[in-house]
Amino acid sequence: MRRTKWPIEILGVFLGLLWLSPFYLMIVNSFKTKREIFADTLKLPEGFNFDNYIEAFAELDFLKTFLNSVLITVVSVVIIIVFSSMAAYALSRNKSKMSTIIFFMFVAAMLIPFQSVMIPLVTIFGKIELLNRSGIIFMYLGFGASLSIFLYHGTLSGIPKSMDEAATIDGANRFQIFWYIIFPMLKPITVTVAILNTIWIWNDYLLPSLVINQEGMETIPLKMFFFFGEYTKQWHLALAGLTIAIIPVIIAYFFAQREIIKGISEGAVK
Amino acid sequence: MMRTKDLSYWLFLAPVLLALSMVVIIPLLFGVYYSFTNWNGIDVGGFIGFENYLNVFKDKEFLDSLWFTIKFSVVSIILINFFGLALALIVTSKIRTNKFLRTIFFMPNLIGGLILGFIWQFIFIKVFAGVGQVFGIESLEGWLSTTQTGFWGLVILMSWQMAGYIMVIYIAYLEGVPTELIEAAEIDGANPFQRLRFIIFPLVAPAFTVSMFLTLSNTFKLYDQNLSLTAGGPYNSTQMVAMQIFKTAFGQSEMAYAQAKAVIFFLIVAAISLTQVYINKKREVEM
Repeated sequence: MRRTKWPIEILGVFLGLLWLSPFYLMIVNSFKTKREIFADTLKLPEGFNFDNYIEAFAELDFLKTFLNSVLITVVSVVIIIVFSSMAAYALSRNKSKMSTIIFFMFVAAMLIPFQSVMIPLVTIFGKIELLNRSGIIFMYLGFGASLSIFLYHGTLSGIPKSMDEAATIDGANRFQIFWYIIFPMLKPITVTVAILNTIWIWNDYLLPSLVINQEGMETIPLKMFFFFGEYTKQWHLALAGLTIAIIPVIIAYFFAQREIIKGISEGAVK
Repeated sequence: MMRTKDLSYWLFLAPVLLALSMVVIIPLLFGVYYSFTNWNGIDVGGFIGFENYLNVFKDKEFLDSLWFTIKFSVVSIILINFFGLALALIVTSKIRTNKFLRTIFFMPNLIGGLILGFIWQFIFIKVFAGVGQVFGIESLEGWLSTTQTGFWGLVILMSWQMAGYIMVIYIAYLEGVPTELIEAAEIDGANPFQRLRFIIFPLVAPAFTVSMFLTLSNTFKLYDQNLSLTAGGPYNSTQMVAMQIFKTAFGQSEMAYAQAKAVIFFLIVAAISLTQVYINKKREVEM
């Protein structure tokens, strides 16, 4: 507290560097030529040559891939927020047995691992011709609703019903009460819900690989998988590609790290 | 108040109920049904009772993957929690770099498992081999080409990734430990080890349960990192259950058989989660 804790500080910094080392090695080697990586992976590159980046960027068709990821993530997260908050509101303002059963069903669904429903899911959505972007967004709602409803429900139970009643007397209908009065009060938990779902959907590989595995629709993880398969013996390109794929996440983390860490710990502890 | 017979109640619930039914409930029910048939993805074929299940228990590849998953989970849980708690203790002791270190330790969790696996593939295969050659350490060469190095590769990757996540949970509990208590113990002459053992650990005990189960459910269901780091190799010896199910279904097209494995997987995961719920409830009662 008053004393400087040098041994702990040094240990912490050492571990910090150790934790960063994979990223350091990735970046350092992404500037090397194939021959340089073959010779030595530890020393600094001979020069900061962006050739690998230019080639990897083009191979990944990165702008398009990035926008594909943004589109699917943003639309899915918005839909999850809108419908989960509404559902949680209905469940918190109706204390019947029906609400208890529905709430329990959503919570229980969290226990089901993806692999257990994966095969019939793909078959069913194949039959109704929804193995496309609309289909995957709908699936993200189905998989994301449980935790989101759970989180919203916890906050909503703490908002007094007198708020609703006052608005009812003023003549507002259900939708108006929810969207104009209640939803704005849910802002902190909405941030958490948005962060948790964004991280998960942005990084998801398995579902896109089953649902939108088509030329031109690939998200970053999906494209990365094919790219890496092709360039597995060409580490200089593979590493540049990996670095490119990570940059958007690091930028987002830089701007919102407080909210992100807070959101994750809230989601985990509950 | 919203009444159950109100239209608005159902309108508010309709979208998520539809999505949950179509994406989770119906596939689960169909899946259980299919697992008792000859289903090949298109035709149901005949009803064959427990035949698929009986075959699963004779399937060496599946049993090996299950055993590998269990071993991997046990070792990972211990290491992740050890590092998670250690990192949490470091960043909550009043050091100057604590904010910066938290950011760094947590960072791997934001990046997809697939990408992390590829990065570590480079480190294990190229960097380890390079260091091994320079310093003449033979055990650093040929990583990921044997079952052992594949196992430890996955353990290292997951410990590195998840320690920062678990750290965040321990921090939440550690910050709830009253400083007066620690200072009082300090004045009474308790050394740092004693303070840890007799004051901090008992107070953060609930964090252990939460963290253990979070780690367990993450390691047990692991797929992306497994795929990108070892792809199950060499010779399927580092293949985990999630990957084995995927392979049976989409690699070998044995849909009904894969679904039987998926149902068993569900039962194991559900049993783990319910144990956690039970322990949490029990603890709440005691408190």
